[in-house]
Amino acid sequence: MAQQQIKLKMEDISIEFPGVKALSNATFELETGQIHALIGANGAGKSTLMKVLSGAHDHYTGQIYMNHEVVEIRTPRDAKKLGIDIVQQEVDSALIPYFDVAENIMLDSVVNNSKGKAWVNWSRLHEDARKILERLGTKIDTKKKVSELTLAQKQMVLIARALVDEPRFLILDEPTAPLSQKETSELFRIVKELAAKHLVGIIFISHRLPELFEICDEITVMRNGEVVSREKIDQITPKQVVEQMLGRSMEEAEWKQPASIGKQIFETKQLTQKDHLVKQINMTVHSGEIVGIAGLVGAGKTELCKTIFGVLPIQSGQMLLHGNTLDIHSPADGVAEGLALVPEERRKEGILIDEEVYSNLSAANLSKFCRFGFLKQGNEREAARKMITDLDIKTPSENQKVGLLSGGNQQKVAIGKWLMTDAELFLFDEPTKGVDVGAKSDIFHLISRLAKMGKGIIYATSELAEILAVSDRIYVMYDGMIVKELVTKETNEEEILYYSTGGN
Amino acid sequence: MQEEIKQRSNLFATSVDYVNRWGIVIAIILLIGVFTALMPQFLSTSNLVSILQSISIVTVIAIGLTFSLSTDGFDLSVGSTATLASSLVVSMFVWYSMPTAVSIVAALVITLLIAAINAFLIVKVKIPDLFATLSTMFIFEGVAMTYTGGGSISEGMPRLDGTPTNGKLSETFTSMGQAPTIIIIMVVVVILAHVILTYTKYGRYFYAIGGNQEAARYSGIPVNKYRTIAYFLSTLLAAIGGLLLAAKVGSAQINSGAGYLMPAVAAAFIGSSFRGLGKPNAIGTFVGAILVGVLENGLVMLSVPYYSLNIIKGAVLAIALASTYYKKS
Repeated sequence: MAQQQIKLKMEDISIEFPGVKALSNATFELETGQIHALIGANGAGKSTLMKVLSGAHDHYTGQIYMNHEVVEIRTPRDAKKLGIDIVQQEVDSALIPYFDVAENIMLDSVVNNSKGKAWVNWSRLHEDARKILERLGTKIDTKKKVSELTLAQKQMVLIARALVDEPRFLILDEPTAPLSQKETSELFRIVKELAAKHLVGIIFISHRLPELFEICDEITVMRNGEVVSREKIDQITPKQVVEQMLGRSMEEAEWKQPASIGKQIFETKQLTQKDHLVKQINMTVHSGEIVGIAGLVGAGKTELCKTIFGVLPIQSGQMLLHGNTLDIHSPADGVAEGLALVPEERRKEGILIDEEVYSNLSAANLSKFCRFGFLKQGNEREAARKMITDLDIKTPSENQKVGLLSGGNQQKVAIGKWLMTDAELFLFDEPTKGVDVGAKSDIFHLISRLAKMGKGIIYATSELAEILAVSDRIYVMYDGMIVKELVTKETNEEEILYYSTGGN
Repeated sequence: MQEEIKQRSNLFATSVDYVNRWGIVIAIILLIGVFTALMPQFLSTSNLVSILQSISIVTVIAIGLTFSLSTDGFDLSVGSTATLASSLVVSMFVWYSMPTAVSIVAALVITLLIAAINAFLIVKVKIPDLFATLSTMFIFEGVAMTYTGGGSISEGMPRLDGTPTNGKLSETFTSMGQAPTIIIIMVVVVILAHVILTYTKYGRYFYAIGGNQEAARYSGIPVNKYRTIAYFLSTLLAAIGGLLLAAKVGSAQINSGAGYLMPAVAAAFIGSSFRGLGKPNAIGTFVGAILVGVLENGLVMLSVPYYSLNIIKGAVLAIALASTYYKKS
């Protein structure tokens, strides 16, 4: 396929939303056949910049050029006509669950190319969809309903959809966030092939630095709505990138203050979930100890947390807290027994986005601010203000709706609500997901502070570097079971990965 | 120059905000103004009392709906609930010559069966609230009709098997349906609901569940319990509405509660935007009911035929729903 080389340039792009200047004079360049990394902390403007490029905003100022000719992109249709396509971060919102794979892949083309045609040619639809999937080198049955697919497969369907029109530029917004290591490397193979063989220019947005360095040719760093640097990937180090993202040099500070590990407070015996999502779990947590749960996506980490907390029903086995058998059938029971869960799906499960900061913070222990069922709102707000200062939650006041805060600050609220309770065992499920570097270190500090207070902590994550930095001891999960127990000081990423992938 | 534009746009923004917050109150004042201009007797004390009296039943039922709405639920069966409660209470008096307290308690307790079924279908079987209560709406409309033999019950009517009766509605009971008692009952219900929703943890739980059920569950709130409680409150208040209806009319009429569903829904939705709260609330519901009542009363006085009133009431409901949902998109 001898396609002509195209140079894309966005120049002096600025855009304002009520009260916020989201982009100011951002300039971005890309050529076909390149893989270009776009990185920045939350709120740095990378998604906004890409929305401009894909036609989602029409009120920006600045120019976009293709091969030095000005092009006008104001609607998604404009962008598509110019060969620019985007794969959104939230795959589920872009897919129709009860349509099959082929229908979803061909959705745009059916909608846009059906003028004057009333009938759907099913065999052609499936044939076309199959060809695109073949081009991606993935085997997904085109007749399968999308609701039956794994996250990674859904993502493939979305990428396949974007490829229907043979785009020259493809934006991937945090495509690896929900993927396991194996799925990620599969995605990388496809992305590399698209760039090299089909000369597609790829913009790759991600928070994970190592993978950007693995597959990208160039990197653009954004901060506060501005582009702060653009470099060839081999001219810059990950540390420099982090510094540019933060705007200050990051000390590789030893944030973890060693807590003294006390006696055992929590134990599970042969804990098995009803649908066998987790099986025969034997684990212990000591006071002041941070116990990491490692494993790939789908290994059962989230399910383990949910089973302990009472979200998922238990089939057999026992849980003991301070030697007492726990009888937990719902999260309400879990909370009453002194458990706390900071769930992975923050906006869905962790916070009430339409409610104020103060009522989010008190939600888990409202009785503390009640007398005979009546709220003592003065006490409630005062406690909220104290928590806001204590956790350094960036909010104009305790009356702000939590949905308006940044991801990191939302997470602080989700954690803060448990600090209002007398919880003994804290479960963190991917607490740094979608959180920028600054808030991330705040969250680490907070967790280590909890450990110092003598709480027991279970920390589930698929980020290996993170688990090594945070935990004292690690259980590695594979296929719903704990396959290995490791002492953090004596292990490394390779060993964890070895057991995570089923080695033994 | 730019400053001036900014100031002017700020002024515009604040006035839009103001209208959003106080739109219902402004609408009520405007309506009263227009009706008074057309008919000076509109503003007479007797007419104002008659408006308050006529909205009492709607308000009580709408407060019940406010509870189910606060948990993001909905209860279409409130009209049938009111019908059943009114049939039961009148039959207790007329057919079985029961004393007042027994009649009232029996009617309320039996009617709460609807709440149990609604809660079972919605919370346990997980049928979407709208569909579950649509079916119970029909079921209990039928139950009430079957119970009364497809007719109305009034004093002196024999039982279905032909047994003659001589029971009467007690005076205590019928006085509940007249001003000022009915108005006092309404005000007490509104105040109690306001206190529960705003100043107790139960209200906070309802709103938390309504805002995000999953997040509320993960916070350790027993979601199913509180959703069940909300449906019981909804049914209980609809049943009280039915009792007031029977007391006011002095008999049980066929499907008499059905007409209260629509204005009650309208009142609760109109009330959501009151003071810019953006969520169902007791005072707002009361104000919403006043708006609906003023409109209806004024139009009736202007001799708009009763059969055309639904056009206007339906349109008001559409506007109320628009004010709730338009901003969300």
